[in-house]
Amino acid sequence: MIRFDDVTKTYDRTARPALDGVDLEVSRGEFVFLVGASGSGKSTFLRLVLKEEDATSGAVQVAGKDLRRLSSWKVPHLRRQIGVVFQDFRLLPGKTVFQNVAFALQVIGRSRGSIAAAVPEVLELVGLEGKGDRLPHELSGGEQQRVAIARAIVNSPAILLADEPTGNLDPTTSLGITRLLERINGRGTTVVMATHDDDIVDSMRKRVVELVDGHVVRDEHQGGYVTGAIPVVPAPEVSVDHRGAAAVDVPADGRPVAEQGGGAR
Amino acid sequence: MLSEIGIGLRRNLAMTISVVLVTFVSLTFVGAGALMQQQVSTMKGDWYDRVQVAIFLCTQDSLSASCSGAATDADKAAIEQALASPPLSQYVSEVEFETSDEAYAQFQEQDAELSASVTPDQLPESFRVGLEDPERFGVISESFQGSPGVEQVVDQREVLEPFFAVLNAATAGSLALAGVMLVAAVLLIGTTIRLAAFNRRRETGIMRLVGASSTFLQLPFLLEGVIAVCLGAGMAGAVLLLAVDRGVTGWLAEQVPAFDYITTTDVWATIPWLFVGGIVLASVASLVSLSRYLKV
Ligand SMILES: Nc1ncnc2c1ncn2[C@@H]1O[C@H](COP(=O)(O)OP(=O)(O)OP(=O)(O)O)[C@@H](O)[C@H]1O
Ligand SMILES: [Mg+2]
Repeated sequence: MIRFDDVTKTYDRTARPALDGVDLEVSRGEFVFLVGASGSGKSTFLRLVLKEEDATSGAVQVAGKDLRRLSSWKVPHLRRQIGVVFQDFRLLPGKTVFQNVAFALQVIGRSRGSIAAAVPEVLELVGLEGKGDRLPHELSGGEQQRVAIARAIVNSPAILLADEPTGNLDPTTSLGITRLLERINGRGTTVVMATHDDDIVDSMRKRVVELVDGHVVRDEHQGGYVTGAIPVVPAPEVSVDHRGAAAVDVPADGRPVAEQGGGAR
Repeated sequence: MLSEIGIGLRRNLAMTISVVLVTFVSLTFVGAGALMQQQVSTMKGDWYDRVQVAIFLCTQDSLSASCSGAATDADKAAIEQALASPPLSQYVSEVEFETSDEAYAQFQEQDAELSASVTPDQLPESFRVGLEDPERFGVISESFQGSPGVEQVVDQREVLEPFFAVLNAATAGSLALAGVMLVAAVLLIGTTIRLAAFNRRRETGIMRLVGASSTFLQLPFLLEGVIAVCLGAGMAGAVLLLAVDRGVTGWLAEQVPAFDYITTTDVWATIPWLFVGGIVLASVASLVSLSRYLKV
């Protein structure tokens, strides 16, 4: 579903790459935690998937499309297959819950009828039934994030990207949000969640990809926030060491998930 | 969609008003220039038809080299003959002969005081020649300048040239002013759209993320620009209509009735072009700044 081949991203006017030779494959239907210290390149990874930024070198493939060869007028179609949520929710303050979710469908030209049908359904899925008429400031942070998630998935995207979606929430609420993402994942949506939240990562036991200074230093199934579980591929080059991970590089040809994940297309 | 545009226009009210006013002023100058040019061509068409080439004949007092006393009947007959036969006849649409008495009567009508100091026989007789093509004045002039009995060949259009020169200069001035104002309008529209895009970056950011097409992203901004410019064009049209109706039809045409003037009909014909020009302008300015500030 998402495939990075030796992807490097260096922002303008910066010397050090934000992502450096990243090889990664996320298969359809997977749930992946992207962890790493601040500045390790998690958001950059997500931006490349969305084609908000272009890779400096290497190939990014999303939903079977090579983003290098995707012309800019086709980018909206790519994004309709990807839902995104952020730490700061990004709701429109003047619009109700219903209108915020409906907005995502209006601006891609959906009919009134299909909007009227889809929005209540998705609000129920995220546990906001009956709150459609509230304004964002009348909701708790957790509820606001649910609205943002509803907006992200109302168009039934194949991929859901979440950039620290629990960053502003207390632990209980965070777990609720993550469980919601897991439910969405259970319906077939591929989920990539960037996070700092060690409790959540530890309790979910999903695939964990750790970035340090733009390198993938760890990629393991049922991983924790700090390593300890089985790596996806026990490749000798990929270090399974505890904190000194920063020192270790993924080899250029190391594509740990490729054999295991079984074809994105 | 429409309500979003309304909200956008109101949120940016001061900027919107300045766009409306600047396009109003610039399009008024554009329109005024166009109308003046129409006035010039109306007058030229009208006048060049009426205005003739005058072949003034020698009087007994003429000092010109080609004159030896007053023109004789033979001279007159030769001129008349030349005008009526090829090759000249093809350029000539009509020939009238003005006697000294007729010339004197006209002089008296124009200026009774001054005409009192001359006698009819001091005023030259003349052939008044209407031309098929007023531009071919040279042919008549060449044929008769210096002929026996001819004192002078005068193209009456020359009398009008300074007048047209003034109108042309006024047109050029008004178009130059319009050009400067249009540059200001383009820059202002660009700035306004940049500001509007900044004010609405939340909405547009979300639109971009959920996959709104660039048309959908940019259209509201484009339409806001177009609506503002159309308001300006409408105001410019109204001012021009008023100016022509009161100033030209209602005043100038009464004061100086000798001319044909443009009317509000001409203004109505000009107004659609003000809109077209304004819309093209707004679209170009919008798209340039949108492609910079509202990329997908
Ligand atoms: N637009 C940008 N221009 C220049 N440098 C940038 C830009 N965005 C990010 N960077 C740099 O790229 C590196 C990776 O940033 P990124 O935002 O991907 O990190 P992150 O892992 O998401 O961090 P955080 O956990 O704090 O959100 C950082 O060094 C950052 O300073
Ligand atoms: Mg980040």
